[in-house]
Amino acid sequence: MAQSQALTRLAVRTKIQEIRWHRYEGYLFVAPLIIGIVAFIFLPIAASLYMSFNKWDMVSPPELVGLKNYARLVSRDRLFWKVLGNTFKYAGWIIVPSVTFPLILAALLDRPIRMRYLYRLAFFLPLVTSVVAVGLMFRWLYDGEFGLINYTLSWVGIDGPNWLSDPFWAMPAVAMVTVWQGLGYNMVLYLAGLQGIPDHLHEAATIDGAGPFSRFFRITIPLLTPTMFFILVMSVIGTFQTFGLIYVMTQGGPINSTNVYIYYLWQMAFGSSKMGYASAMAWILALVIFTVTMIQVRLARLWVHY
Amino acid sequence: MSAQDAPPIGEADATAIPPASAAASEGLTSYRVRYITWRVLLYSVITLVGATMLLPLLWMISTSLKEPGAVLLLPPKWISIPLQWGNYPKLFDVLPFDLFLINSIKIAVFATVGALLSCSMAAFAFARMRFPGKNIIFAVILAMIMIPFHVTLIPLFKLYRDIGWLSTHMPLTVPFFFGTAFGIFLMRQFYLTIPQEMVEAARIDGCSFIQIYYRIFLPLSKPGLATLGIFTFLGSWNNLMGPLIFLTKVETMTITLGLTLLTNQAGGRWELIQAGAVISILPITVMFFIGQEHFIQGIARTGIKG
Repeated sequence: MAQSQALTRLAVRTKIQEIRWHRYEGYLFVAPLIIGIVAFIFLPIAASLYMSFNKWDMVSPPELVGLKNYARLVSRDRLFWKVLGNTFKYAGWIIVPSVTFPLILAALLDRPIRMRYLYRLAFFLPLVTSVVAVGLMFRWLYDGEFGLINYTLSWVGIDGPNWLSDPFWAMPAVAMVTVWQGLGYNMVLYLAGLQGIPDHLHEAATIDGAGPFSRFFRITIPLLTPTMFFILVMSVIGTFQTFGLIYVMTQGGPINSTNVYIYYLWQMAFGSSKMGYASAMAWILALVIFTVTMIQVRLARLWVHY
Repeated sequence: MSAQDAPPIGEADATAIPPASAAASEGLTSYRVRYITWRVLLYSVITLVGATMLLPLLWMISTSLKEPGAVLLLPPKWISIPLQWGNYPKLFDVLPFDLFLINSIKIAVFATVGALLSCSMAAFAFARMRFPGKNIIFAVILAMIMIPFHVTLIPLFKLYRDIGWLSTHMPLTVPFFFGTAFGIFLMRQFYLTIPQEMVEAARIDGCSFIQIYYRIFLPLSKPGLATLGIFTFLGSWNNLMGPLIFLTKVETMTITLGLTLLTNQAGGRWELIQAGAVISILPITVMFFIGQEHFIQGIARTGIKG
């Protein structure tokens, strides 16, 4: 009797210990993650903030200068304001086409299509192609003398500019490549959104006498505004961090007309070895992205229907 | 799925009217006309867009097979006989493209394996386990997605330099073994679709969490793993900024970075540059063909939930 009681007690105690241990078993699964976050994200973020208060050329020891990097960027670096402006301009060229074109395309493709496979191939192949390959390809297409684009324009009597060496045209030319490449991606997002619109809404509107266009503008578009918002926010964040296309296509030229924020940051850090200065730039950009995103979230209340 | 089976939305009611009276059959004819016009318009638009997407890539292949004289020919020719297949082997004389390819494959495979292992495990803990602080840790991970990569770039460069990882493939592979925010998010979404009853049944049968993860969740989440694998592989293959900053020795470079070198080495030899671009996108295109369903679903999934 006493023996079996002792055994039960032992069993219960083991069980409790087991349950206690299970409480922490999850840490086993997330341990690598936590180490990774600390080593590759937390510590670097702290270090980056500290570096931004230093003057450091990677060779001599860092020298603490307080807020001087920030002050110099904002008050004395004219190129800083130019690249910031360029970044906004670049986003401006990209946003409208990359929100609207894929929407029209998705609305057209949201039905059975013959040779679907071929269209799918056409829309997605650019997406898996690296920015380097895409950039080199378009540099050749944009060539002023022998490029295919100017040759095609000459059919309709337009004497195309030397796109990438023209201070005005270089920026929209690069921006259009981004739109071209992202078309398939945004189209899939819209198609997924379209599938979430219940058929009975369209049917009810049809019975009430609404034509295809008024149904598109009064049912489809309002119900797609969450998708639009997502694409808008992601496009803005993406364009603010553009580097590859600029590096491959224009190297920031001509006369800094396509020099965007990250490209300038990269030049400062790895070209001029101004690590502290570049860190300060990184923090300013993070702040800009955060502010712009918050403004978009605020404005979303006015036009996004959830 | 033939085109005729599906009249455009809103025309379904017209087909429902039996052609009993003359007026009704007249209505049907005008319906046919409208239907056909609409179809022609639809296919013209999507074919035009499809061509815009595909032609640049075809032009790249076309240029890569030309002899130097034929490249700068006006009007341009799409196919210039004889095809210069020799441009491709010539590339390997200019730069060690074989090494570039091996490096790219190595880095992409390691990064993919690392991301699959770490993300599938950590996501399991977040989806199906209870441990103190789980929600806080998950919120931190979501916040990681918001932090622009360039903030950590300079400190990571310093870190990798200090521990001797520059010009090795470590910076481009090791971090993936600790999990990526995107991957954890994606896998968690996927796991949440697997019923909780399965976990409970397995627990009653005496399975440990490791066994549940390994024997139930991993096999059931193959589509999710495929999506994550494709995205990681693609991202790694197409990455420019990482290799540009961390890899300085030619023999350690990836194909994407090697391609930017080629533009300097090959001068204005567009046929060689385009051949290099073709080589760089060939493996990834093959992967796209194999995994396109997962790729497209992956975009839709992350997009909606994001």
